[in-house]
Amino acid sequence: MTTASRPFVPRATGRPMTRPEGPQKVRGTAPYTVETPGTDALYLSPVQAGVARGRVTAIDTSAAEALDGVVAVLTHEDAPRLAREADADHGVLQSATIHQHGQYLAAVLATSSETAREAASLVTVDVVEEPHAAVLDEDSPEVYAPAALVVGATDDTRGDPETALADAEVVLRATYRTPMEHHQAMEPHATVARWEGERLVVHEATQAVSWTRQALAAAFGLEESSIEVISQHVGGGFGSKGGTHPNTVLTALAARVVPGRSVRYALTRQQTFDLVGYRPATVQHVALGADRDGRLTAITHDVVTQGSRIGEFVEPAAAFSRGMYAAEARRTTHRVVPLDIGAPTFMRAPGEAPGSFAGESAMDELAIELGIDPVELRVRNEPEVDPETGLPFSSRNLVACLRRGAERFGWAERDPAPRARLVDGWWHGTGVAAASFPVVRFPGSEATIRAVGGRDGDGDGPVGYAVEIAAAEIGQGARAALTAIAADALDVPVERIDLRIGDTAFGAAGPAGGSAGTTSWGATIVEAAERFRDKYGDDPDDGDEADASTPDNPWASDYAMHAYGAHFVEVAVHADTGEIRVPRMLGVFAAGRIVNPLTARSQFLGGMTWGLSAALHEESVLDDRFGHVVNRDLAGYHVATNADVGAVEVEWLDENDPYVNPMGTKGIGEIGIVGVAAAIANAAHHATGVRVRSLPITLDAFL
Amino acid sequence: MRPFAYERPDDAAGAVATVTADPDAVFLAGGTNLVDHLRLGLATPGTLVDVTGLTSTEITDLPDGSLRVGAGVRNADLAADERVRTRYPALAQALLAGASGQLRNMATTGGNLLQRTRCVYFQDLTTPCNKRAPGSGCSALDGWARHHAVLGATHEPAGVACVATHPSDMAVALVALDAQVRVLGTDGERTVPIGDLHRLPGDDPSRDTVLAHGELITAVDLPPSPIAAHSTYRKVRDRASYAFALVSVAAALDVADDGTIRDARVALGGVAHRPWRATATEQSLVGAPATEDTFRAAARAELVDARPVESPRGGTAFKLPLVTATLLATLRDLTARTAATTTREDPA
Repeated sequence: MTTASRPFVPRATGRPMTRPEGPQKVRGTAPYTVETPGTDALYLSPVQAGVARGRVTAIDTSAAEALDGVVAVLTHEDAPRLAREADADHGVLQSATIHQHGQYLAAVLATSSETAREAASLVTVDVVEEPHAAVLDEDSPEVYAPAALVVGATDDTRGDPETALADAEVVLRATYRTPMEHHQAMEPHATVARWEGERLVVHEATQAVSWTRQALAAAFGLEESSIEVISQHVGGGFGSKGGTHPNTVLTALAARVVPGRSVRYALTRQQTFDLVGYRPATVQHVALGADRDGRLTAITHDVVTQGSRIGEFVEPAAAFSRGMYAAEARRTTHRVVPLDIGAPTFMRAPGEAPGSFAGESAMDELAIELGIDPVELRVRNEPEVDPETGLPFSSRNLVACLRRGAERFGWAERDPAPRARLVDGWWHGTGVAAASFPVVRFPGSEATIRAVGGRDGDGDGPVGYAVEIAAAEIGQGARAALTAIAADALDVPVERIDLRIGDTAFGAAGPAGGSAGTTSWGATIVEAAERFRDKYGDDPDDGDEADASTPDNPWASDYAMHAYGAHFVEVAVHADTGEIRVPRMLGVFAAGRIVNPLTARSQFLGGMTWGLSAALHEESVLDDRFGHVVNRDLAGYHVATNADVGAVEVEWLDENDPYVNPMGTKGIGEIGIVGVAAAIANAAHHATGVRVRSLPITLDAFL
Repeated sequence: MRPFAYERPDDAAGAVATVTADPDAVFLAGGTNLVDHLRLGLATPGTLVDVTGLTSTEITDLPDGSLRVGAGVRNADLAADERVRTRYPALAQALLAGASGQLRNMATTGGNLLQRTRCVYFQDLTTPCNKRAPGSGCSALDGWARHHAVLGATHEPAGVACVATHPSDMAVALVALDAQVRVLGTDGERTVPIGDLHRLPGDDPSRDTVLAHGELITAVDLPPSPIAAHSTYRKVRDRASYAFALVSVAAALDVADDGTIRDARVALGGVAHRPWRATATEQSLVGAPATEDTFRAAARAELVDARPVESPRGGTAFKLPLVTATLLATLRDLTARTAATTTREDPA
């Protein structure tokens, strides 16, 4: 392990910088995956299962094959075999078994997308349907405890929470529910795949070219070095483009039968509800025990989530409660109900988003029960050390966020009485909630720095530095942020940096995920710059080159590291119709050093808007009779529109954390979401006296 | 997507002749609904007959004081027309409450009337639907029926059940305003009162309107009506924009100086297979004082025969109090406006 010996001096970092690819994007010339020029390109359209469970007994492809322009139709009977390592979800067209509604049963390759689609509709499939289960029933006999969460243990118990609850002066018990949600990035998932002999070249809309390469290597039984994955511009991912889904495997599999030709497949909007992951629904039981002064003595948070028989992802919703507040006795648990539906996956602030709805709603309910101001209640339960690990915090400024937010929002004047402010036919109320998100660093990124162009005339270093890392630009502003970090690490102006990302040719790299992109890639670039300057100084020759992989954080086991925030919102509910509006939102965050204030404002604001959308709108309606989501387009699956968003104010506190990484960054991609839904539910209660414990909050709750 | 022929006849009569002669042909106007259906495989016409430019795109004053809206007038243009905004404000408001700016730029007056239900099961080829596949059953009856009917639906027998709603906002306003729809067929032109254009599902939910195959809407006439200038449109939905109505109300009131309601026009959206003329509400209102009690009684009168969808996966029982609440809010607002007081603003 090495650490930077030179201090990281922020010069470009911390200053506003517009995105380098911005003009291209505004002009519409930035090529997204499906627009990648192909070689003799073919279009793929799939045939999908119309039942949730069963077996294919016959497929007739003759009508499809007879269409002009159809080049091939693949089914499980004749598709190339995948490696044994391909898991059930990736085992595309390998057997007659149907695991979920919408599963790929065949694929048509044709010279136009219209022909491919028409041909796919002509394929007839005979199916023997089998009974399926698709409803989240927490009493299901099949409920199981998963082996572990992505991060942390399935269950965690300290002390004796049931006894502590029995002994507590005040106990709050409540059950909260959050729905299945889909990511719905503006750009649908897309792949352009081509085989050159045993080499596979894939253009992919992905948050992690390395992860895509890894998954394809496993599926096809190839060395990773035989696969190149390229992804220059991605129109949003939100977690659904982190893992690799069956669509990518299917496209590469189909390309195998037309060597040398590109196969292009972009999902329809409807298909994005089938096979590319979702946030599973949760049922969350929360109990808080406290004394009359509001000091928590017990916290329990028990979660049951929707699961899939063909791929496990556990929404770690109770993990939110592990580090928020002090209490001697505590328990957090996760259980999964396996269903005959597609596999869930990470979705923006996995765990924290639904978990904070339950945890921070419960804190509000407890505050009302105790007659204590909800800001004050949170301050009283601020822990000295991380309640989960016992470690000191590298920095924790939750109280500062709450205090600053309360001041700016005018919280002191708040009358806590519910249903007391009727203005022009609308009940008004205000609410607060706290937020946290862990500091994550993904290992295994590789960065290369190379001097380009030789010495310039004034002897002031080379013309430029090529900085190569397989990072992902998913619209979050990675190009600007990493350019600034590289410039500061090399102590040169940003104009000298030629950042190259989004290609496995640059080595392995962690994902744009976990709010960890800037931290993981940035720390790697700083390390490579350090080595470069150690080796060549600040006056290198053309072609001088150094590389590095992500350094470990030497403080990782000494400190608990999280970002924090506080949300204050105003809600109005129509006294007649129950329509709910959010005229004002304020978020105050303490998230380490802010690399680019333009990006940061946009990320916080976007996160808060996402939180509003989850609070009021988003719900994938899974009709358990059929086993699929029925509101499967953007008219049916609501996300917030501009008209739903009122004033959104964003502020961050200066925070200098020397332990997280050389840049001092904590990650800002997800914390803006955390707690928003609770703040809105709390404000809705303040407005109307009606407590809504199930998302989304719709007008019928207030009729 | 099934391949189709595309034709552009020289005039409306030619378009009508072409479609009438070919059971596999359909009209194409703005395409905002039909193109979706082509992509979904829900519509599989052999021929698209483009009527763009074949019906009027003008809004003209007629000698009798009516306003004639050509079937080709785009929703955005109709909403912006000064005569519509002042003489028929409910219509302008309804148009602006519908869809998005981009869609309103494409969608036509005729096409808007003929758009089809957004029932998710109707749009999903993998689920039973009596409207799409007659006799297959109604998936909404026990399904996700948040956007479905409480009035005039067919709940049984299973083979013809349909609880779909008509999605148009514009049509609800037109019903309240007593618009007349001009229709061209091979035998010439006829006029259909807007209230008679759309059907209830009855025993044939596959048919949305009374139009015969090949009949083309050429214009919509708005009759002169002093009360229409005091009309409004109120849409209640699950988000503030770009969502279909859970319940909407188009209403016009004429209130005498002593507070007695002299005349009323009320239509409801989001509650039935067609835009719903609330005649019982109107009868209940006329002659009564413009008070909250009157408005509530008027809502009750309309809902006497209401039958919500009682689905375990989300039914429409909530629409009964919502109809009452929306009527109340709308009529109260209209009364206040008639009394020339200030208007309220959505705080968002």
